[in-house]
Order: sequence, then structure tokens, then C-alpha cells
Amino acid sequence: MNKNLEPVVKTIQDKFGAGCEEFRDEVHLFVKPEQIVEALTLLRDEQGFELLSAYTAVDYYPSETPRFHLIYQLTSLVKNLSVQVRVAVNGSSPKVPTVTGVYASANWREREIFDMFGIEFEGHPDPRRILMPEDHVGHPLRKDFPLGYEEPQFTFNFDEIDLRKPYVKE
Amino acid sequence: MGVEQKLGNMGVVTTTLENVVNWSRTNAMWPMLFGLACCAIEMMAAQASDYDMSRFGMELMRASPRQSDLMIVAGRVSKKMGPVLRRLYDQMPEPKWVIAMGDCASCGGVFNNYAIYQGVDEVVPVDVYVAGCPPRPEALIHGVLTVYEKVKGEKFKDLAAK
Repeated sequence: MNKNLEPVVKTIQDKFGAGCEEFRDEVHLFVKPEQIVEALTLLRDEQGFELLSAYTAVDYYPSETPRFHLIYQLTSLVKNLSVQVRVAVNGSSPKVPTVTGVYASANWREREIFDMFGIEFEGHPDPRRILMPEDHVGHPLRKDFPLGYEEPQFTFNFDEIDLRKPYVKE
Repeated sequence: MGVEQKLGNMGVVTTTLENVVNWSRTNAMWPMLFGLACCAIEMMAAQASDYDMSRFGMELMRASPRQSDLMIVAGRVSKKMGPVLRRLYDQMPEPKWVIAMGDCASCGGVFNNYAIYQGVDEVVPVDVYVAGCPPRPEALIHGVLTVYEKVKGEKFKDLAAK
């Protein structure tokens, strides 16, 4: 671990009882969903992490506890440091507090995460889909979302599949 | 050559109205610009001086659907683009034809996923499919000439029935 990052990690661990993992000099801090707003506020205001440089999620299907990890990648331009905060959430329809109040750039990121993974953000100012059409069903980046809907046609089943292809009617 | 030799000095030709109308349609077909992806580059090449599609009466790509009668869908159509494509197709005056240019527009191509229509025939009725990823300009020109063959065989009563 970068020695300039050690006091930051210690602060978060002491205050929130956060777990810490390290992989190839990248530091991951695990906090609980209800602590995330407070933790990010502290990192921004007192530790100088003024930039939310990436904000995404991972689906660990078929595991249900945790099913998803929310990933907040923070950068401090002043201290030249980077730290990753993770929130593990359970179940297939989780709710997490929004962090748009801490980082304004989280607004569209949270819409994208909701669109792609179906994680709801409580208190989000504009909780609509951002990429998929409004009437789209399902969340495409979930591991249990079907990969594609076109059935490959071969000579032996060509006609059978052709009957249920969704051709437009004039 | 051609019509002059057959006519001699008479200056009169007898044919059916259908033939004349269909012939004139094939020689003044104005395609609509609908470049969605890399196929559009080949479509531009087909129009440019090397391949010169204006030899076949296609001088102009129209940016407005109201002035065009052939839609060349060049590229993959995303789920969000589908309604736009359909709206532009509906705005084109009859009679109109559609070419699905390339694998993506024909059947989804390599994009068998949630975001892309698996063939533009789910959105608009397609007359000719041009295979290739992307098709060379010769292939597109062949597709256009295939549309011409179809146009030359059209009957008024079929168009009136629409």
C-alpha cells in the first residue's frame, strides 16, 4: 500500500469498521450500505478525494449474499491518491442510498447502474432509465439476463424458427 | 445503338404505361441517407467517383424522407433507433423500397444482444438484403440493381391495393 494512503485507510477503518482488501497496490474498502453517504462525505471533505472517477457495479450471480458490489473509485488530485470503496448488497432487488448529494456526477452513473443492474437508489432526484428505452423489461448487465434473442437458423429448423421471427407487418 | 436503331426516324415508341413508369422510377431513384455505422462508409464509396452510382440514375442522396423513395439502412439498428427508423420510413411517399445493407441490418450480424434489432425487418419491410460486413460498393450496387429488377416487375394493381 502507498504509505500516503495508510492514514486514509486507517481513518475509515476506525470510524466505520470497514474491511480492507489489497490487490496489486489497489486498495478496496468495504463499508455497509447505510454508511456510504457518510463515508464518501468524509473522504471528500477531510481526505481530499474530490473526484468520483468511476462508479459502477458487479453482479456476482448466482451468489445472493452478496449479489452485487457497488464500486466507488475515488481520486484525490491534490494528494495523487486513488482508493476504491465498495458496498456489498444482497438480494435481487436491492436498495442503496444515493450519493448524488456528495458527488453531483453520481446522478447519471446511478441511473446507468439502475438501468443495467436494477439497483435502486433511494432519494435519487431523477430515477429513470438512461440507456435502454423506457419500456424495456429487465436489466441487461445482470448475469441472469438472457444473452441474445435471435435463434440461429439451420436447414433442419429454418421454417420452424422462421414462423416465430418478429417480422414487421407492413 | 439501342432505341435509335430500333426506332429509325419514326420518333414514336409503343409500350405500356406500366413499363414507362417503372423504367422512369428505376432511373430516378433517390435513396435516403441512413448511414448508421461502418456500412455508411461503403455507401459513400459507392456514390463517389470510383464506383459512381449515378451511372444508374442515383445522383442524389436525400436527407429528407419526403423526397426519397429508397431507404438504404446501412448499419446496425439499436432498440432506440428503431422507432426513428420507422417514423422516417412512414414519412417516405409511396411507392418506396428498403435495402438492408450489411449483416447487421439484415440479421443482427455479430450483435446478437439486448441492444440491437436482429434484422431491420422487425421494424420496416425489407425488399433486398445485401450480405457482407461491410459489403463492398459492388455488392451494394448489385443490391440496388436487384431492387430495379423488382421495380420493373411491379404492377399498378398491386400498388393500388396497398
